[in-house]
Amino acid sequence: MTDASPIARKDWMAVLAKAAPARLAALMPDLPPHTTLRNPETGAVMVRGRVSATGAPFNLGEMTVTRCSVRLEDGAVGHAWVQGRDKAHARRAAIVDALMQTGAAAAMRAHIIAPLAGEAAAARSQRAERAAATKVDFFTMVRGEDQ
Amino acid sequence: MYVAVKGGERAIDNAHAWLAEERRGDPAVPELTIAQIRGQMTLAVNRVMAEGSLYDPDLAALAIKQARGDLIEAIFLIRAYRTTLPRLAGSNPVDTGAMTVDRRISATFKDLPGGQVLGSTFDYTHRLLDFALMAEGSEVPSGASAPATPGPMPHVTSFLNRDGLIETAPPSDTTPPDLTREPLELPADRSLRLQAITRGDEGFILSMAYSTQRGYGRTHAFVGELRIGTVAVEVDIPELGFAVEIGEVELTECETVNQFKGSRTEPPQFTRGYGLVFGQSERKSIAMSLVDRSLRWKELGEDFTGAPAQDEEFVLYHCDNIQATGFLEHIKLPHYVDFQAELELVRRLRAEAQAMQEAAE
Repeated sequence: MTDASPIARKDWMAVLAKAAPARLAALMPDLPPHTTLRNPETGAVMVRGRVSATGAPFNLGEMTVTRCSVRLEDGAVGHAWVQGRDKAHARRAAIVDALMQTGAAAAMRAHIIAPLAGEAAAARSQRAERAAATKVDFFTMVRGEDQ
Repeated sequence: MYVAVKGGERAIDNAHAWLAEERRGDPAVPELTIAQIRGQMTLAVNRVMAEGSLYDPDLAALAIKQARGDLIEAIFLIRAYRTTLPRLAGSNPVDTGAMTVDRRISATFKDLPGGQVLGSTFDYTHRLLDFALMAEGSEVPSGASAPATPGPMPHVTSFLNRDGLIETAPPSDTTPPDLTREPLELPADRSLRLQAITRGDEGFILSMAYSTQRGYGRTHAFVGELRIGTVAVEVDIPELGFAVEIGEVELTECETVNQFKGSRTEPPQFTRGYGLVFGQSERKSIAMSLVDRSLRWKELGEDFTGAPAQDEEFVLYHCDNIQATGFLEHIKLPHYVDFQAELELVRRLRAEAQAMQEAAE
């Protein structure tokens, strides 16, 4: 078991959860042998906000989520909670989570986690650049008494 | 005499088959895809997610297609679907201060850290029909880009907080009441009111907010800040023992800054109204924050003027368009027996009235 500190695991699980299912499937077309500990199950998570952004929590509304747990042949257990209703996405994410705790971690990171994280960052910064172009530059008009 | 009747099955089947045909429209015109609705009718999708109270753009797009564009019918479909989903967890409260912002404006401060970012807005358009959109296959429009300076975009109210000029909203970690689990009972606390309003009908909440602006429960609101963007949703995963981001949602948040004279217990300071809605739902979130502020009259020691927007029962019991349309539209369904009884009663009363008149003559 390597590379499974909670902080690192949080990060890769987040990358897998937010990945587009088709993109993850393209990066990982074949699944290694595994047993299913919990079949992919779609349900809802109640998303909460805070009153006035910082106060008491309130229920904003639900989102669809699919979860799945698997065990690899070497015993590594992987979990996934991913946004949406794609059961193949949840299974794939759980398998990658398990592989990230094995000797395959470096290869998984290089071929799956890093590309997904890079693409997400690129999409994010492209959107930020669009937003930046709509930032207002105020300037003061020349007033009559200045002339 | 009560007579049970059956029938209409063939008529109903045929009505539904015709509905499917009408939904499809002219077969010579290409069929709408879910991806088209999701990608090009985004604000309709957002409204269905907000009022359907389920964030899933594909399902909202499907509901809009199935409902032939009737958004309340689409919201009904989503509400029905969500009841079939097991509740896996409640998320940690989202951090809107860490939002990846597409749009962020303030009507109260011109120069603020992070600046005024317009985003993709209808504001400042001339509201003239663009006939160029009638021609299909024109080139793909693209917006401009500018170097983005990553940095914090603090909430506007946090500057006012520093001087004590505005009320604070101290954090807590209580589990909020949930009207999808327990019937909505009054008096409702602010958390429960916000849940009801954020899934409430946009038109109803808009009209309630507008009524406060016109003087029915005046609250003198300024839009301190309006921001639209995405936030990560984090859930404590029981099998792991720590929290993981399981996805992202787009939200619109509005914070209003409102006048307040002060009371025996509170110094004069600004007060706040809050709106937070799924998707890009600007009108709804502004309206929500006005109605939220209006409903806080008791907590802030203000007078109840009898305005509808101050009346918690009136607002919360009438803002849900699925409850409203369910009760409203059921009166078109067969009421033959009820009406038969009414008919009998009116006939008897008329006969009695006639008999009394004749006796008097």
